[in-house]
Amino acid sequence: MTHSLTATRRGFLSFAAGAGALVATGAGTAAAAPTPINTKARIVILGAGAAGTALANRLTRRLNGAEITIIDPRKEHWYQPGFSLIAAGLKPADYSVSQTAHWLPKNITWISERAAEIDPDGNKVTTESGKSIPYDFLVLATGLVLNYSAIEGFEMDMIGKDGIGSLYAGPDYAAKTWEAAGRYTEDGGVGIFTRPATEMKCAGAPIKHTFLIDDIARKAGTTKLDINYMAHNKGLFGVPIISEKLRMLFGQREITPHYSHVLKAVDAGKKVATFATENGDAEMPYDYLHIVPPQQAPDVIRNSALTDPGSWDGRGWATVDKHTLQHTFFDNVFAVGDIAGVPKGKTAASVKWQVPVVEEHLIAQITGSKSDASYNGYTSCPLITRVGRAMLIEFDYDNNLTPSFPGVIAPLEELWISWLMKEVALKATYNAMIRGDA
Amino acid sequence: MKELTFGTLIAVFEEIFGPTLFWIMVITAAVITLAYFYVLIRDRAVSWHKFLRAQLSMPFGAIAAVLFVQKMTHSGFSDIGGPIDLIILLGIAAMGAVGAAILVYTFDALFLQKPDEHTN
Repeated sequence: MTHSLTATRRGFLSFAAGAGALVATGAGTAAAAPTPINTKARIVILGAGAAGTALANRLTRRLNGAEITIIDPRKEHWYQPGFSLIAAGLKPADYSVSQTAHWLPKNITWISERAAEIDPDGNKVTTESGKSIPYDFLVLATGLVLNYSAIEGFEMDMIGKDGIGSLYAGPDYAAKTWEAAGRYTEDGGVGIFTRPATEMKCAGAPIKHTFLIDDIARKAGTTKLDINYMAHNKGLFGVPIISEKLRMLFGQREITPHYSHVLKAVDAGKKVATFATENGDAEMPYDYLHIVPPQQAPDVIRNSALTDPGSWDGRGWATVDKHTLQHTFFDNVFAVGDIAGVPKGKTAASVKWQVPVVEEHLIAQITGSKSDASYNGYTSCPLITRVGRAMLIEFDYDNNLTPSFPGVIAPLEELWISWLMKEVALKATYNAMIRGDA
Repeated sequence: MKELTFGTLIAVFEEIFGPTLFWIMVITAAVITLAYFYVLIRDRAVSWHKFLRAQLSMPFGAIAAVLFVQKMTHSGFSDIGGPIDLIILLGIAAMGAVGAAILVYTFDALFLQKPDEHTN
């Protein structure tokens, strides 16, 4: 009996060890990778944000011998979808901060400088220090710039003080935004939540901030609340069906929408915001003001031949085909992420769907073939409606809802599972994406 | 969110609980599961007596699991918004219940009673 028990134990232990090894190697998860393509192509990627990094990681796996150079001065990588959570006091500032070097593949060249000039006729990029980098293929992934100077009277150091917040400015500013917003959730008063009239990254974020601050204030028992959402046009969201849903939710939550109100100036001393409206300027006093500045392409693109100064009111987005993301005039140039001049899609979720499209078309050019990969404008936004609930809205260029889990996760329903996705699953998915794994 | 691989799933859980707490929980769960199998093999049978006692712990396990997830995700029962939320909630409760039962059974078998102390 003793003997047989020992034998069983040994068998059991070896089974356990085997199972452990299986888990450790992650067996069954690695998909067979296609054979790398041999090439000497020089590929320059401008920008090591979500799009640039994801693409660099994917290209190094697909190409053998390619000279890939990524140009970006920023040492920190920011997980921008986390800013909404930081600005509501739900996560600390470092939640969104990691190191650029951590995500980049080892076998590429990272030039930690700003690109100063692009010469698409001469196929070269010049950096700030005057370094000239020739390329065969150029990918624009610079992201966009926040044009705070367009708001009269505003200075960056106002964020977090005197009832002014602006979560877009970065992780530390998002945390400072919570300092101001948090005080407002306790003291109450007039809350004004703005958005710019330009294209912007994550058009849902200003709305999420409105809902979150409203919810936190109500749960804290603050009653003197007068919350106002300032829409830049006659809708609350670019997709009509979502705009209608938001109108209803605002109604239920007693959030007052103001249409065609674009923030123009702020007087932090008097706590008065000035809006450009259809009937001239309108002044509104506030206790808390959330500012989302106008957004545009960085100068290096805005002043280059890669944009059409006559389109987008001169904001300088790269002129690309909205389905292939290939430049309209320069075949060897692509744009991915916020910088792409496409009607929708300045979100990390869009990046996830754009990057494989650029990858396929770029590789097709290298191999002299054609690719039918196409980006349909997919954008996703877990639109938080309160702490604990969100709507998982997904849509395309044609304003169609494109739910990933039809019949299971309803897009226009406020659900806990959608909140769980935003709060816990999104960052992991994002990280997998920038590693090139998803 | 369409491609959910094993690696992504691990990353998601690391994100929820933090890597340290997550791996401590994984190792704890693995040790308890291994101990459970060890007890089953050692005793060569499921002891229904122990199992019955273990069942008593199931409601506590279910509630603890739900509260734990809610605490970790800044949410509560009032956030349940639709059928899928209820399914997720019940799923978490079921996992907590089963986990608690296995834990109690194993603990009982390993430390409280010797295998030949009683027969079924």
